[in-house]
Amino acid sequence: MSIKVLIPTPLQKFVGDKSALECDATTISNLVEVLEVQHPGIKARLCDDSGKLRRFVNFYLNSEDIRFMENEATELSDGDEVSIVPAIAGG
Amino acid sequence: MTTTLNSTASFTLAFEALKCKECGAEYEAKAIHVCEECFGPLEVKYNYEILKQTVSRETIEAGPNSIWRYRAFLPVATDNYIDVGTGMTPLIEAKRLGRRLGLKKLYIKNDAVNMPTLSFKDRVVSVALSRARELGFTTVACASTGNLANSTAAIAAHAGLDCCVFIPSDLEAGKVMGTLIYNPTLISVNGNYDQVNRLCSEVANTHGWGFVNINLRPYYSEGSKTLGFEVAEQLGWKLPDHIVAPLASGSLFTKIYKGFREFVEVGLVEDKAVRFSGAQAEGCSPIAQAFREGRDFISPVKPDTIAKSIAIGNPADGVYALELARKTNGNIESVNDAEIIAGMKLLAETEGIFTETAGGTTIATLQKLVEAGKIDPDEVTVVYITGNGLKTLEAVKGELSEPFTIDPKLDEFERALERSRTLERLEWQQAMV
Repeated sequence: MSIKVLIPTPLQKFVGDKSALECDATTISNLVEVLEVQHPGIKARLCDDSGKLRRFVNFYLNSEDIRFMENEATELSDGDEVSIVPAIAGG
Repeated sequence: MTTTLNSTASFTLAFEALKCKECGAEYEAKAIHVCEECFGPLEVKYNYEILKQTVSRETIEAGPNSIWRYRAFLPVATDNYIDVGTGMTPLIEAKRLGRRLGLKKLYIKNDAVNMPTLSFKDRVVSVALSRARELGFTTVACASTGNLANSTAAIAAHAGLDCCVFIPSDLEAGKVMGTLIYNPTLISVNGNYDQVNRLCSEVANTHGWGFVNINLRPYYSEGSKTLGFEVAEQLGWKLPDHIVAPLASGSLFTKIYKGFREFVEVGLVEDKAVRFSGAQAEGCSPIAQAFREGRDFISPVKPDTIAKSIAIGNPADGVYALELARKTNGNIESVNDAEIIAGMKLLAETEGIFTETAGGTTIATLQKLVEAGKIDPDEVTVVYITGNGLKTLEAVKGELSEPFTIDPKLDEFERALERSRTLERLEWQQAMV
């Protein structure tokens, strides 16, 4: 099962300066664990000490905010695209 | 891309670095906006000792009649800033609106007439593009609900920068035309603002562009402090008791506070508690909902409101706005679309200011807070009007009376006048019931 993950600029140095990765994962939580195995250090950037996603980190599955779905428990399937996006101001 | 922090400024620079608002990590003042350690937002850090020694009321008053009179408090490193007359908009004492609402000391900060594009966004864009030029960018960009699009395109045109603007495809015609006239590349995205923003964050670093609300955000957002500085100066170097402002991403709200605190820190005004109250449209009120429910986190929403300029369902600075309202003993309220239109009409009829839907939201919220006893009639209250109604005419279409169309004949005029007086009487009778 292949998931495409879009990596934001501040995290790219943890993944060999790549802007996108392919990996296998079943849920968003699982995806974070898989990324940590492949690229140690990345989880601490995304999650706080209790393992919850940090409040300024947004995850989108196929353009939809995971908070409109099942949050970290949102299930992934083959061909999905996940983007990790820092919070942005504007208007 | 190189920074020019130590270059051609004619005074000692107080702006030093970028600092994470969450964990305090510091970074060189480059085009970055997110902390690499914790993803927290970066903010500009100043040396207040330098400001204390070099800035006084007199030095500010001797400066230009624009936001650049406060340049020591802004993150630009050279004398080559872009001054298109932005800022120093009127602070008017709103006696008629105040009487209508029962407030004795009500003021309106009127950024509906800010220059050059009639919204507060000209403040943030003037600062962001000045810094963009210092950082060596030749193309600037933004994701916008309309006002930022107008402002970025206009000021980029003035500065001779290439410009690419991203907007949601359902914006008002005035916002779209008011951007296209400056001939930027305009990308209209099928989706809401939060989706436009996500796309832009993916684009941001791929073309070497300066996105005013993304990689230039720490500089951009500092421009909003001038709304705090100006009000303090225009009140005779005093802070107000209470401010009411619209909440979209929450950035403006928190930066007005930062502006007040910096003036206190540098000794330009006396310290005092200022209450901060925020206004949202019910159809997009994630911060008001969190406030009401006593939550310390924001749950994003999908916007559905006529107040498009503040329709941000996933507000980046929402938690900071929430904390600020709570710690200053303020409130955050939301109002529905009908109340927003009524707010626009009330401001126009009592003070002669035609604001857009965001301003209607703010006035309607002010009214709601007064009716709930949450604003003391004797408080010096400043309401921030941040945009102009001529850009969102659709919002009031069908909501206003019709003109009396006549032939150029005296008797037709007399009949029309009689009819208008009858209608006015009927309106009063309705109001009495």
